[in-house]
Amino acid sequence: MSTGSVSSTEHHHAHHFNSAEHEFDASMLGIWLFLCTEILMFGGLFVAFFIYHAKYPEVFAAGAATLDWKLGALNTIILLISSYTMAMGIHSCQTNKGKKAFNYLAVTFVCGLGFMVIKAIEYSGKIGHGFLPGKFFHPHDATFEAANQALYYSFYFMMTGLHGLHVIIGMGLIAWVAIRAKRGDFSSKFYTPVEGVGLFWHLVDLVWIYLFPLLYLVG
Amino acid sequence: MAVTTPESEHNYLNHEKGLWSWLTTLDHKRIGIMYMVSVMFFFLLGGIFALLIRTELAAPGPGILGDGQTYNQAMTFHGAIMVFMVIIPGIPAFLGNFVLPLHLGAKDVAFPRLNLLSWYCLMVGALITFTSLIYNGSDTGWTFYTPYSIEHASSGTVWVVLGAFVMGFSSILTGLNFIVTTHTLRAPGMSFFRMPLFVWGLYSTAIIQVLATPVLAITLLLLAAERLLGIGFFDPALGGDPVLFQHFFWFYSHPAVYIMILPAMGVISELITAFSRKTIFGYRAIAFSSLGIAAVSFFVWGHHMYVSGQSELAGVIFSFLTMLVGVPTAIKTFNWVATLYKGSIVFQSPMLFALGFLFLFTIGGVTGIMLATLAMDVHFHDTYFVVAHFHYVMVGGTLMAIMGGIYYWFPKMFGKMYSEGMARMSFVFIFTGFNVTFFPQFVLGAMGMPRRYFDYLEIYTHLNQVSTAGSYMIGIGFVIGLVTIIQGMMNGEKASDNPWGAKTLEWQTASPPPHENFNYEPQVTAGPYEYR
Repeated sequence: MSTGSVSSTEHHHAHHFNSAEHEFDASMLGIWLFLCTEILMFGGLFVAFFIYHAKYPEVFAAGAATLDWKLGALNTIILLISSYTMAMGIHSCQTNKGKKAFNYLAVTFVCGLGFMVIKAIEYSGKIGHGFLPGKFFHPHDATFEAANQALYYSFYFMMTGLHGLHVIIGMGLIAWVAIRAKRGDFSSKFYTPVEGVGLFWHLVDLVWIYLFPLLYLVG
Repeated sequence: MAVTTPESEHNYLNHEKGLWSWLTTLDHKRIGIMYMVSVMFFFLLGGIFALLIRTELAAPGPGILGDGQTYNQAMTFHGAIMVFMVIIPGIPAFLGNFVLPLHLGAKDVAFPRLNLLSWYCLMVGALITFTSLIYNGSDTGWTFYTPYSIEHASSGTVWVVLGAFVMGFSSILTGLNFIVTTHTLRAPGMSFFRMPLFVWGLYSTAIIQVLATPVLAITLLLLAAERLLGIGFFDPALGGDPVLFQHFFWFYSHPAVYIMILPAMGVISELITAFSRKTIFGYRAIAFSSLGIAAVSFFVWGHHMYVSGQSELAGVIFSFLTMLVGVPTAIKTFNWVATLYKGSIVFQSPMLFALGFLFLFTIGGVTGIMLATLAMDVHFHDTYFVVAHFHYVMVGGTLMAIMGGIYYWFPKMFGKMYSEGMARMSFVFIFTGFNVTFFPQFVLGAMGMPRRYFDYLEIYTHLNQVSTAGSYMIGIGFVIGLVTIIQGMMNGEKASDNPWGAKTLEWQTASPPPHENFNYEPQVTAGPYEYR
């Protein structure tokens, strides 16, 4: 845990650890365990997706056809770039380049924002066509053969919605470590928060890497 | 409380003063005590609902709960409170929080702020759950089965669902904290096989908490979305499948049963060896069987769905895997009995609860094997046989261990001694009352009395009256226990640092322990149970 000291780059570890390295190891283990919980949580949604995809392949094919794979691909590229800048941000912190780290982290933040803007454009299109989840589904300019076509949009909005929530939380965390990086809180001796946020951001990217083909391309 | 505190009596209880110092504390011992108070409060509430249920069932026809709707709500609250607010946080978050760092020779858990946050998650989740009372409560039972929970259930249901969702985070954070603590904060010389068996129990529990609870989170989130947005995952009218909900729910909730019992088994391992004054028999077997139970626990959920329309092949596989749980469980039981053999047994109150556990848990376990058998389950499913079975495991197992654990670590927690006579009396009432309440329910279930109804046929009257009488005995027993604890806290005699002559690290420090647990750096040179 940080002591919040502004001027000093020296990090004081908490009283129950022997050293800063000891504390760092514990924090990393904690973050990896947290990522496990995230995978298990998204895993539940993915299992449900595979079950219904196997049961009603035509519903998912018809649904995927209504998505714009180009926007999805663009978002994939944006997130891949953001993963690169995130990694470079961590590297800059580790090599005592606070200013550079701030720039990399700022770019990562902007990528997250870009992702959300494109997502908002996609959402408004879907909402405009009446492609809403479950009982709110009312397509007025398209016809579908399957009676339960709404199920696809339930999955689409639940999966991308939960993922989008993670992107927003990730952006908040990135803004937090970016400000701290600019303030000079991080050094080769202490960079736990930025490393932790980086791991979380990579997981958020990874989930999208799976969501993109499943929702946009498979069908 | 003394006005001035000499250095020798400086401890975690008087380290800081005032309610605010408790609500913002990062000390694992104080957080443990806060869990103790909240779990006891929730237990009182859940217990009142239990007594209301039993009173309603004392005679056929409408009783004090009036109609079936009120009964269903009381039953739902009894279940939800006891599961999510009492038994799941009961041992890990309360006893585990207090004891784990002391067991390991650490100053605190790895992430003290997360530890405090997890207590607030439990409180906020509980508050959200109780908010449902404003919106007609909930009548689904704690399992929230679809499609009833999405279509007809009273409108408070979504609050109970969201409350359980938030309380899940409490459980996840505690588990995560304990895994990291066990890996990184062991004292010098504390190798994995020198850890007390309670730590092994907590560690195995933590694995389940971290891996299974997120699945509950997504399940409850989908259920809330189902209710509010009608997404149709579990709604046949929209192409969904209600049985999928059962799969999702039990994928968490069966492992959750082991979140409830594994730490209890850890407590029992401590008690049996301490009061037999003898090294535990089969240390490694007990340690690895905890991990074994945790591993198998993820693959048995389908035994809740033998009659829900899952395939027969799946039923056979789940039946086999469920019986497999009996193996590591029996390994533990036999090792405990072997520890007792030729031990110098002392019948102090914690040991009475430990022996009570052995007796009741064995009945609960063996009837579990009966229920795992496909053909028998078809008959027993949704009858009082199942109710009796899981109460024998949850109450006869977990609650007995909690009571034994409280009495065992009480002198360490408060530096005072409770009245041994009162504690024994609480045991006699709880143990006797428990058997009087729940043994007849095995018979009722075998006779075919279905669970969850507020009314029953005349032929079941007699045994239900016996059961209700027993439940009042349990109630008296727990009230005596509560009085014993409060009386001990207020004006118990001063306890020594190691009143039981136990060998684990927490007994080497002062009672109550100082703020940083040990005034010296503990060095571990031997195993945890070096009696003889």
